[in-house]
Amino acid sequence: MKNYWWKILAAALVLYTIVAGFLLSVPAQPILHETIRNLYFHVPMWFGMMTILFISLWHSIKYLSKSDIQSDIVASQAAHTGMLLGFLGIVTGSVWAKYTWGAWWVSDTKLNGAAITLLIYLAYFILRGSLDEEQKRARISAVYNIFAYVMLIVFLMILPRLNDSLHPGNGGNPGFNKYDLDSTMRMVFYPAVAGWILLGVWMMTIKVRIEKLKRKILMNE
Amino acid sequence: MNKKIILFLLMTVFSAGAFAQDASLPPVEMATGLYQSGKIYVVVIVLAVIMAGILGYLVMLDRKVSNLEREIEK
Repeated sequence: MKNYWWKILAAALVLYTIVAGFLLSVPAQPILHETIRNLYFHVPMWFGMMTILFISLWHSIKYLSKSDIQSDIVASQAAHTGMLLGFLGIVTGSVWAKYTWGAWWVSDTKLNGAAITLLIYLAYFILRGSLDEEQKRARISAVYNIFAYVMLIVFLMILPRLNDSLHPGNGGNPGFNKYDLDSTMRMVFYPAVAGWILLGVWMMTIKVRIEKLKRKILMNE
Repeated sequence: MNKKIILFLLMTVFSAGAFAQDASLPPVEMATGLYQSGKIYVVVIVLAVIMAGILGYLVMLDRKVSNLEREIEK
């Protein structure tokens, strides 16, 4: 119980999100209609991705200062899990855009920024795959990972705020204002964000443990 | 001076209308029918079952890895 209480919390929060997200009332907004409920599912993907990629960044910095290969394992597996959430975020966003803006994809700073971010992280995996020597791979990809996170902040947080964007929370405005969220929606949205972050961390820890076991077996052979 | 204040107040009052919802617009279409018939609960149950399945799968994976860790530790 000591160690896994947060996994139960993650499951409870995500299940609560599904039930409350469909059944609680939402404000009636033109264009959005009931799709406003997507906020409970699409946005937490990105919050989860940013949190998990931050964990990845943190361990990359840790690797550079301590040269412990375990940190490199965490950094790479966190980047994997973060990409899963980012991919789900971009696909759900595309579906949402089709039925509100009328197109699967529009050339918008936020959307293109998200796509570029995913490509930057794909390059991280290509970089890892192309280096055979363990220490070298860990060091070079750690440096690249720091660069990748900075680019993520630029493409997802800064550029969309400097330009006009169809996507809510951009064009100079802060992320959430009173038009985006009412108090009932907050009651579902915040638990949703917390739940998906925790669920993402859970998936990440499983991947990390498997990779550490793989390495252990390789070392013993 | 007084006239200016009155003009200002009048303009404030009139501009308030611009922020109010336009009553002539049709109401935003929401899935009220879906809720009235009560069948939205079916969708909620289906999604909850899927999510519970995925969570159960995660728990299983977690346990499997724990067992492996114990075995390799030996």
